[in-house]
Amino acid sequence: MSQVHAAFRYSEEHEWIDEASPATIGVSQVAADALGDVVYIELPEVGKQLTAGEVCGEIESTKSVSDLYSPVTGEVVEINDAVVADPALVNSDPYGAAWLFRVAVTEEGPLLSADEYAAANDATVA
Amino acid sequence: MTEHTTEQAAAAPKHTALHAEHEKLGASFTDFGGWDMPLKYGSELAEHRAVREAAGIFDLSHMGEVWVSGADAAKFLNTALVGNFAVTAVGKAKYSLIVNADGGIVDDLIVYRIADERFLVVPNAGNAPTVARLLAERAAGFDVEVRDASAETGLIAVQGPNSEAIVRAVVADDAQRAAVADLAYYAWTAVTVDGLDVLLARTGYTGEDGFELYIPAERSPELWQTLIAAGSAHGLVPCGLAARDSLRLEAGMPLYGNELGVDTTPFDANLGGVVSFKKEEDFVGRSALQAAKAAGASSVLVGLKGLGRRAGRGGYPVFTPASELTDEAPREIGVITSGQPSPTLGYPIALARLDARYAEVGTTVEVDLRGKRESFEVVALPFYKRGA
Repeated sequence: MSQVHAAFRYSEEHEWIDEASPATIGVSQVAADALGDVVYIELPEVGKQLTAGEVCGEIESTKSVSDLYSPVTGEVVEINDAVVADPALVNSDPYGAAWLFRVAVTEEGPLLSADEYAAANDATVA
Repeated sequence: MTEHTTEQAAAAPKHTALHAEHEKLGASFTDFGGWDMPLKYGSELAEHRAVREAAGIFDLSHMGEVWVSGADAAKFLNTALVGNFAVTAVGKAKYSLIVNADGGIVDDLIVYRIADERFLVVPNAGNAPTVARLLAERAAGFDVEVRDASAETGLIAVQGPNSEAIVRAVVADDAQRAAVADLAYYAWTAVTVDGLDVLLARTGYTGEDGFELYIPAERSPELWQTLIAAGSAHGLVPCGLAARDSLRLEAGMPLYGNELGVDTTPFDANLGGVVSFKKEEDFVGRSALQAAKAAGASSVLVGLKGLGRRAGRGGYPVFTPASELTDEAPREIGVITSGQPSPTLGYPIALARLDARYAEVGTTVEVDLRGKRESFEVVALPFYKRGA
């Protein structure tokens, strides 16, 4: 069963976001497990203005491809080059080394608590 | 007012006799042809690599097994299928197709000649009931019995460079070990494993050396466990349908439902070579296929190599490249039938049905990847060849 990190909040599209400023964003283990082995990640560029709920990138696995949605509105201030170089990190460490990008948040989209997200996705909070 | 639903209750997915083994191994499951089958056990990339570099074991018990027996068996198959089975020696296997009267492919099959008057026909899981029914219908007037043994037959595949060593480790004695070593590709032999009679074929769907083992379904868990125990010294890992699909795609092998269907003839799928017009018997679809051959295929199945990192997937449209010399708008010239990033080769690969005029190796085309065009090149098939 997929794990949900207790300290984060989540979008319905399976992105996680931490409580820091700027906020760090990644995808949940629920998403990683559903995708299978991730082989390619396209992230927004630093400086790009994101709008909550809109597509900002792409995650491709051997079996499928998924759009990446921004859970918040704001400017991208940093991206994780390590995960672009080694997309398998999304499978091995979705809540740590596989963070995707950081945003100076001006407005949040709708977010779920870890408990709510876990309940909606048949996952456990760890 | 009573609400009326036209939707039929979905039939419960079928389980093979190995389902409990897959659950023990932590498999995640997917529906395939009405069967609840392992998609992967852990990482599908690791499973794919294991088959290329060591060995993998697959449960294929969802596939069909139809026995054709009787004095007219070969003659009957020559009228029911496109191939010529009169020339197939006992002990050999042949890849074939069953088509309808219009020449459309109903299924692709492996046919084993078990004895002079006895054949084993192996259709795909989802098509097995249709194939069994069509064979029974087409058998009218022949001295032949058609028996669908799909439900009671188990099938386990061991694929990869170490598969011969693994199979040799489990068979009964030196004579059988020698028979395994000597077994040719697309041939079968009878062996015993722990007293269990096994029909052992050197066939597969991965592009590697490998074996397929037919046994009674209820005995398949013990054979599965024996092979896994013997395989541990040879890097054998259980593999799901995700790895099976990426392996067959790298090997350029068609999948029914993607590359093959009732709307495609063998000539549309580069499979004209399996159609025998020389055999004596008239066969279902013959006149339609002769016409199709004479007309020439307007579209052909080709291999595409992605020049970027993003992969094309089944259903994505293919276009002529935008030309800098003319203002001619890019034209849609085909569609991808299967595609994904190739785990072995490291770049995107795809099979595509293209306008025959753009099918030459080296041609650059563009694929619409969710709104953005990326360049792909027509390449020779297979994408991956072992030992190459």
